[in-house]
Amino acid sequence: MSKPAELPANNDVDIKTGRLTQKQYEENFGDIHPPLDQNNAVIEASRCYFCFDAPCVAACPTSIDIPLFIRKISTGNAKGAAKTILEANIMGGACSRVCPVEELCEQACVRNTQSEKPVKIGQLQRFATDELFARKDAQFFTRKKPTGKKIAVVGAGPAGLACAHKLAQEGHDITIFEAKPKAGGLNEYGIAAYKVPDNFAQKEVDYILSVGGIKIEFGKSLGKDITLEALRKDYDAVFLGLGLAGVNALGIDGEDIEGVEDAVDYIEALRTAKDKAKLPVGRRVVVIGGGNTAIDIAIQIKRLGAEDVTLAYRRGPEHMSATEWECELAQTNDVRIRHWSMPKKLVSAGGHVTGITFEHSKLDSNGKLTGTGETYTLPADQVFKAIGQTFVPSPLQDNGKDLLQLTKKGRIDVDADGATSLSGVWAGGDCTEGQDLTVAAVAGGKKAAIAIDRALREKK
Amino acid sequence: MADLTCKIAGVTSPNPFWLASAPPTDKEYNVVRAFEAGWGGVVWKTLGEDPPVVNVSSRYGATHYNGTKIMGFNNIELITDRPLDVNLKEIERVKKNWPDRAMVVSLMVPCNEDAWQKILKRVETTGCDAIELNFGCPHGMSERQMGSAVGQVPEYIRDVTSWCKKHSDLPVFVKLTPNITNILYPARAAVEGGADAVSLINTINSITAVNLDVMAPEPVVNGVGAHGGYCGPAVKPIALCMIAEIARDAACKSVPISGIGGISTWRDAAEFIALGSGSVQVCTAAMHHGFKIVEEMTDGLSNWMDEKGYKTLDDFRGLAAKNFRNWNQLDMNYDIKAKIDPEKCINCGLCHIACEDTSHQAISVAKQDGKNVFTVVDQDCVGCNLCMHVCPVDGCITMNRVDNGKPYMTWNEDPRNPANKKSA
Repeated sequence: MSKPAELPANNDVDIKTGRLTQKQYEENFGDIHPPLDQNNAVIEASRCYFCFDAPCVAACPTSIDIPLFIRKISTGNAKGAAKTILEANIMGGACSRVCPVEELCEQACVRNTQSEKPVKIGQLQRFATDELFARKDAQFFTRKKPTGKKIAVVGAGPAGLACAHKLAQEGHDITIFEAKPKAGGLNEYGIAAYKVPDNFAQKEVDYILSVGGIKIEFGKSLGKDITLEALRKDYDAVFLGLGLAGVNALGIDGEDIEGVEDAVDYIEALRTAKDKAKLPVGRRVVVIGGGNTAIDIAIQIKRLGAEDVTLAYRRGPEHMSATEWECELAQTNDVRIRHWSMPKKLVSAGGHVTGITFEHSKLDSNGKLTGTGETYTLPADQVFKAIGQTFVPSPLQDNGKDLLQLTKKGRIDVDADGATSLSGVWAGGDCTEGQDLTVAAVAGGKKAAIAIDRALREKK
Repeated sequence: MADLTCKIAGVTSPNPFWLASAPPTDKEYNVVRAFEAGWGGVVWKTLGEDPPVVNVSSRYGATHYNGTKIMGFNNIELITDRPLDVNLKEIERVKKNWPDRAMVVSLMVPCNEDAWQKILKRVETTGCDAIELNFGCPHGMSERQMGSAVGQVPEYIRDVTSWCKKHSDLPVFVKLTPNITNILYPARAAVEGGADAVSLINTINSITAVNLDVMAPEPVVNGVGAHGGYCGPAVKPIALCMIAEIARDAACKSVPISGIGGISTWRDAAEFIALGSGSVQVCTAAMHHGFKIVEEMTDGLSNWMDEKGYKTLDDFRGLAAKNFRNWNQLDMNYDIKAKIDPEKCINCGLCHIACEDTSHQAISVAKQDGKNVFTVVDQDCVGCNLCMHVCPVDGCITMNRVDNGKPYMTWNEDPRNPANKKSA
């Protein structure tokens, strides 16, 4: 490969708000997939073979009975389809929008092995759940008679909500403590806006809470406003769905200069912005990372009006944790993806970033990533870091000592039921190990809820 | 290039594809469009006595399947609702302008000789090639003692046919209703009456669906519904069987057959002809897709005939009828077993669950590298074909003959047949 031309550094920082018209913002952050209509849903549903021991079900962390819900769609029973979905995964609506289906259910669809496109399971799931939520009689979950047991759930993200919803059905009373002013976790604050338009995350939260028996205390942060020890004392059980509060650093000089931002923080600002025109957007933007967050920020900053967006990743395409579909989406949104590029140096002028220098990289004979010595510099008005999030254990510490056991990777250690090393405390979602996905978090929350319910019934 | 010329009961058309007597052949405008598109002939929508009938609004019902429209279709429309004069003038003009196309006129008048004689005299003036007696319509007209009310009584068929032969020189096609227990009785009656050909099947008495909001049969007419005539792809198997029965029946004396019933493609037509049909008549497929489909039909039939080396329709007409037997003539020693090609298998498991739940538990399942592997258990496989039919992959499951060296043995010869034991 020939050496790319050395690009000049950036002498006139160009960061602006309001790069687009109101109409453009609306178009750019509207629904990325138009939903299936009734007729197309039936046609797509009829492509499902209704497999025996279907591989798609095995590929779903929440084990939704996919062939059954699709068959229900094909017979005009969308409400029944939604029931099949939500009984297995209370956030089936969000998952239909945000799941990397190309790596989960749709990847397992037997039609792939027929050199055909898989059944659009995600789109069908969305059709069924949308149909349900549009109905007046959408709520079909009920609560068993009250048990008098109180359970504290920390974190109103997918894991916490799924756990609370399951426990509420069993007749327990749940209090969720949430540090932020809204529930939904990453669905509300972290997922790309065009995947969950029309305030979907809040509508889903409202549906979950409408089963009853769940109250949320907002602005309550573990380790500041509440402590684990107090929760254990005051409640019959505690579930931790803390998510990942920290972000990884680049480990190069100048990370704190102006214009160098955490992708997660920016996306949160974007998701909570009343007016997207007020967000500062660089003309030339560089995103560092290879995961879905990197893709999400790259596409969204482009859709906010950035002129030139480059996503740089230190390894090759096969190593990216972003799915192929996500990468293609970025490329069709005019995001340039550069592989084998390690960030070396942030270039700045007057305390503001103006560019970033990368060193070409490769795998050495031992498979270790090394630089080739060749470098190139991209001009940049904004640089986003999207190189992974980390679990911050400090809220679970007492005088610097961990109250419960963590794994080698620094997440909360749990058993198959989601139980932590501390009696009466369960955990699930991104703060534990496993896939950092909404669907995995829901599975973790649900699993823990079943274990908690069992433990509480055995206790009496 | 194969010659698609069709000759049946003295009527010649450039190809065997005729439009059946139905809405598409109700008037000059449609028929001219059909001829322009390439149809070989038409059977003009049934003429009756003046004053013309009056039709209701909401006339068609349909059976849709898995998002595919019109697997089956029904109608409660009656015969032509235009004055006889208008129809006759148009028929005459069209025939004059399209002399090479078959022009058959469908008729339905009350069951007395006088009525038939009268209308025949008028129809003959049009220059049409033949008449078709509509003894088939199961709805509406049957309440007036016409249509299938006649077609269900073999004596009436015989009598009306013979009146028509007596009062006209035109070839007589008798259109038969399938709404009877045995098609051979009306078919033989037509032959007895002197029919030059039989046309079948007419539509099957039906309710296509129930409207669960209105709680009435479809098509709903102001809150209620009537039974109608069912047609379209869904009825093809019934039509094929009735045609085959007539084709092999000695008493039917090889009466020419104009095949009707769900014909939508060249392949359907080839199957009808292979069972003994002369011309084939189409309606639903044209009503679904327009007249252009005839291009696919003629081209497909011609290409297939070229591949098989058939130069004319007569070269393969009736070949399959010869192999249509009663069950007791089948080979009891024939043995086939299913085989699953693991290279083609997509692991959907439909063969397994179908066999396990509803057949002979002859397909085992085992996990291998996290995937289900399905295998036929030969000693339990009865060779029923179910797995092959449910398998979504063409050629993945094949039925293979077991060479058991046994001779062809019918049930009548089978020692397991209790009748044979008695005589032994």
